[in-house]
Amino acid sequence: MASRRVNFSTVILVLGLLFLYLPMVVLVVYSFNVSELVTVWAGFSPKWYAALFDDQQILSAVWTSLRVAFFSASMAVCLGTIAAFVMTRFGHFRGKTALSSMVTAPLVMPEVITGLSLLLLFVQMAQLIGWPTDRGMATIWIAHTTFCSAYVAVVVAARLREVDRSIEEAAMDLGSPPMKTFFAVTLPVISPALAAGWLLAFTLSLDDLVIASFVSGPGANTLPMVVFSSVRMGVSPKINALATLIILTVSLATFIAWYLMRRNENKRRTTLEADAQDAA
Amino acid sequence: MRQGQVTAWIKRLRLGRRAVIAFPLVWLSLFFLLPFALVLKISFSEAAISVPPYGPLVEYANQTLHVFLNVSNYLFLLSDSYYVAAYWGSIKIAFTATLVCLLLGYPMAYAMARAPQRWQLVLLLLVMLPSWTSFLIRIYAWMGILGNSGLINNALLWMGLIDSPLRMMNTQFAVIIGIVYAYLPFMVLPLYAHLARLDYALLEAASDLGSRRFNTFIKVTLPLSTGGIIAGSMLVFIPAVGEFVIPELLGGPDTLMIGKVLWDEFFQNRDWPVASALAMVMLLLLLIPIVWFHRYQSKAMEK
Repeated sequence: MASRRVNFSTVILVLGLLFLYLPMVVLVVYSFNVSELVTVWAGFSPKWYAALFDDQQILSAVWTSLRVAFFSASMAVCLGTIAAFVMTRFGHFRGKTALSSMVTAPLVMPEVITGLSLLLLFVQMAQLIGWPTDRGMATIWIAHTTFCSAYVAVVVAARLREVDRSIEEAAMDLGSPPMKTFFAVTLPVISPALAAGWLLAFTLSLDDLVIASFVSGPGANTLPMVVFSSVRMGVSPKINALATLIILTVSLATFIAWYLMRRNENKRRTTLEADAQDAA
Repeated sequence: MRQGQVTAWIKRLRLGRRAVIAFPLVWLSLFFLLPFALVLKISFSEAAISVPPYGPLVEYANQTLHVFLNVSNYLFLLSDSYYVAAYWGSIKIAFTATLVCLLLGYPMAYAMARAPQRWQLVLLLLVMLPSWTSFLIRIYAWMGILGNSGLINNALLWMGLIDSPLRMMNTQFAVIIGIVYAYLPFMVLPLYAHLARLDYALLEAASDLGSRRFNTFIKVTLPLSTGGIIAGSMLVFIPAVGEFVIPELLGGPDTLMIGKVLWDEFFQNRDWPVASALAMVMLLLLLIPIVWFHRYQSKAMEK
């Protein structure tokens, strides 16, 4: 009886993982197809990769997206970390409920609403203060920073709650000003969460189609916008090649992150064991 | 002297504290809260052929202040069955997809939480990894799988199980598959977080006292993971109601969803006031789920 129960959920876990990964395997396999038809296998060829690297529109969109994502993620980490710190360390203050609502709401807000509302803001700002004169990378940067900082705040707040506060308190008791305590004590301890938050914000920004479509102007096309207009026309092996490269990059980055985490864990364990032996 | 120094220090501290609080508060008020007020405002204005394409709400002419509060956009939404059907369709599809996600995600999270410690991180990364690749491309993958000459139909035809291709693309089935596929990781993650923290001594105690496994599950495990169920379901349901990409790429004429209707109203018809009214009504419908999610989330954040 006992083992059957465990087996049922394990079977579902395996099936669920297959469901998550099989479509991605299909994408990768058909990126090497000779035929233009994505679903009929006609032989192996890397020619779609060559076509991808010849496509100037896609390449320039990749560059735009990478820049937007880099700057959005960096700003979102600053904003999100401060928000998380204020939420977890400042006790009660006026506006706390408002801040916590504005930190959690973007996590679930439908993208069409966020996109539309930000566009209306930018249009009104242009009328009132004359900025932004034309929409493009700057407006996408503001939009992405705003919704990404919510995700960063959640990740960093989770870490801040785990951290042993007695070290911070000890530093303050010894006369370290709050600012210095934050940079010298708190920041190093939460740095893994900052890295995780930055990476999450980076992928969210790279991935966003809807919000960018609303707030972008004619000048700036991000990668999802270019992919979307191509995919709307139907399947194309060039997109499969692009998908393969994206999946490869993300898998590699995840593997490296996993390896580093495991090494840290092992190192900590051996130090603990050595300490235990010394004590004995 | 010393007293004065301390008060000066405290004053500076208070000022610094205020500045630190103000930064995220001002940014989010300006770029998250204020925009909603503008959507509300424009939903009450009249469509016009101008740049931007809506009329003013307040006008000063002939020494009189005219305030226009045009509710015709809302009346228009309510009177046209097209929009009502779109709202209803979105909620129905999002609800079904959330239920499927929960039924699939719960056992997955349960198995992950019961797996040996060294496997848990690997499994967690495996579940999350797809969501870090491209959302658009993961939906695109299903176009090649579900299409009339897609992978499934080709396989079934080849095996001789069917004579003519099954129509799967551009149906509700395709949209639900797409939503489940895209949002499953967001269901599993909070469920796993709750189930991994569960105190297994409680389950052992229940079983020692003679409780059957199913009974233990219903009376102990399930109630203790309610928080995860709420968080996961809201993380799937709320964004799914406003989903645009999935109905656009996988849906058809019988999968009317409000996100796509709003997009078309804005980009094709260039009717900003109606698009704004659509957004406001959607927000109103989602208010209860959002508040619910927020209450759970802020409890988790301040613990």
